[in-house]
Amino acid sequence: MTFRPDHELHKRRKGRNIGVGLVLVGFVALVFLLTVVKVERGGSLQGFDHTQRIDMVPQGSNK
Amino acid sequence: MSDTSFDSQTREASFGDYFALLKPRVMSLVVFTALVGLLVAPGSVHPVEGFAAILFIALGGGASGALNMWWDADIDRIMKRTQSRPIPSGKVGAEEALALGLALSGISVIMLALASNIVAGALLAFTIFFYVVIYSMWLKRSTPQNIVIGGAAGAFPPMIGWAVATGGVSIESIMMFALVFFWTPPHFWALALFMKSDYSEAKVPMLTVTHGRKVTRQQIFGYTLLLAGLAIGTGFTSLGGPVYWAAAVVLNLLFIKGAWTILRRDEEVAEADNYAAEKSFFKLSLLYLFLHFGAILADAVLMRMGVTFGGLL
Repeated sequence: MTFRPDHELHKRRKGRNIGVGLVLVGFVALVFLLTVVKVERGGSLQGFDHTQRIDMVPQGSNK
Repeated sequence: MSDTSFDSQTREASFGDYFALLKPRVMSLVVFTALVGLLVAPGSVHPVEGFAAILFIALGGGASGALNMWWDADIDRIMKRTQSRPIPSGKVGAEEALALGLALSGISVIMLALASNIVAGALLAFTIFFYVVIYSMWLKRSTPQNIVIGGAAGAFPPMIGWAVATGGVSIESIMMFALVFFWTPPHFWALALFMKSDYSEAKVPMLTVTHGRKVTRQQIFGYTLLLAGLAIGTGFTSLGGPVYWAAAVVLNLLFIKGAWTILRRDEEVAEADNYAAEKSFFKLSLLYLFLHFGAILADAVLMRMGVTFGGLL
């Protein structure tokens, strides 16, 4: 069984697909890392509604 | 599908062709000045947020480059310097460049606002608008001052970097903006003097064409004096430190000397030595901006390490 060699167009398209794929994976990883950082620095925020949790707020604070 | 049908599509772009639309060389200046703006600003930014912010600022700069290439495709086909760009060379369609530019503009602005703050996102949006609409669409083909006002687009990145860290604008970020803004005219006009470009064929009103080369030499000197004043003035803000002062004094003296040499030369003398003074002034201008921002960064690093001017001596 023989295969015809790839046309130049296929090589270019493959390179472009790999490039776009890597960019997308990088973007997802960056958004994930950003989310982790933002959540970690969120402090006394309730996870699901983004409001302060009373029992986490330091005593004596006005907020 | 036959091989013949493949051949008719061989103009399909590669990943590199799309990347070239983003003007990677311009992007490097954007990244460097934005990074300095971010690092020297008071306050701390998490490394991941800082990295993301610089990436999205660079992406916004690239998006405006793609939109500029879409708009200027007609004149890029005429000028030799720009004929190999992706659109005039037929590698990428103009509508593809428009789509990529618009998509990346939206992504970069929204992501920068989410990763850092609204002020930084809004400044990036305004930068893209300024470069594409005010510079490319309105000014570039209508006034010889196009380079001067359009230079603002390249001057915003350090201000955006500063806004990422502080959430606002201050005298320091305005001075960094002004440094790049007033550096642009002498930098580009020096290039225009020795690059026998075909701007006139493309009907782009460059100062060398509309007002002549003598006026261009005078304008270079005038803007250099303004720039030197601003650079010294920057030393009196919190950006100024021993490294900045040393760099600013030496570089501005050299820059004024270079501009003075250009002012006193005429075309015959310049052509006789193949524009040696203009070329060396252009090279110095690249070093000038890099070292000013490098010095601002060095002083900020020294200060954070607790090294003071007295301590150094």
